[in-house]
Amino acid sequence: MTAYQLDGLAALGDPTRRSIFEQLAEGPSSVGALAARLPVSRPAVSQHLKVLKEADLVTDRPEGNRRIYQLNPDGLGALRAYLDRFWNQALPAFKGAVEQKAKEKQ
Amino acid sequence: MTTQIADTAVRTSIVVDAPQQLAFDVFTQDMGGWWPPDHHILEGELAEMVFELRAGGRIYDVGVDGSECQWARVLAFEPPGRVVISWDITTEWKLETDLARTSEVEVRFVAEGPERTRVELEHRHLDRHGEGWQNMRGAVGSPGGWQGGLQRFAEHLGAR
Repeated sequence: MTAYQLDGLAALGDPTRRSIFEQLAEGPSSVGALAARLPVSRPAVSQHLKVLKEADLVTDRPEGNRRIYQLNPDGLGALRAYLDRFWNQALPAFKGAVEQKAKEKQ
Repeated sequence: MTTQIADTAVRTSIVVDAPQQLAFDVFTQDMGGWWPPDHHILEGELAEMVFELRAGGRIYDVGVDGSECQWARVLAFEPPGRVVISWDITTEWKLETDLARTSEVEVRFVAEGPERTRVELEHRHLDRHGEGWQNMRGAVGSPGGWQGGLQRFAEHLGAR
């Protein structure tokens, strides 16, 4: 469905990474807190965070003896990822509506 | 190599089994019928979404309590092939009153056959929104957000 694959958006192709992204959209979090809320091990969460960080979707900072992750406020990557997701939800809904109308008219 | 437009825009497309004019009409006139219902910025419950069918028109939500919220301007209205609207929504999912900080959405309807249309969407100038978009938690994070959209889509499919 997506006509153009943008750098960074590909990082959200994985459902677990999307879950982590959505958790971080609610607020900054540590690896441990993310792992506690998702059916994924801490090492797996760390690995996914690394991919999201390389895609410039998240940033991290030290806080005490742990690292806090958040959506990257300095780039457009996360905004684009968010809106890409929005439209890729909205357009299938549009498709359902218009095809239903087309059938009614036949 | 990433171009500048790719940095500040998202693009997507979908092919629908419907004539071009019908696709255009449902996208505009019936926007409230397919728009993810949790993605509006009224205080209360949404009653309808009004799309004024002309360049210079407005798009606004009407709440069940009668309140109105205009969240977009119709920048171009060229049936059955093209429509451009502004996106006057802040990164905190509130109304943006500073028009310099709004992005725009162009939608093109390309006939691929008498009963088949490709819909190409570009949401661009995202850089105009400035910083603070990470607070868009209302949409992404709310329980009814994306999940609600998916359910609605599934209901649409089930109804066919």
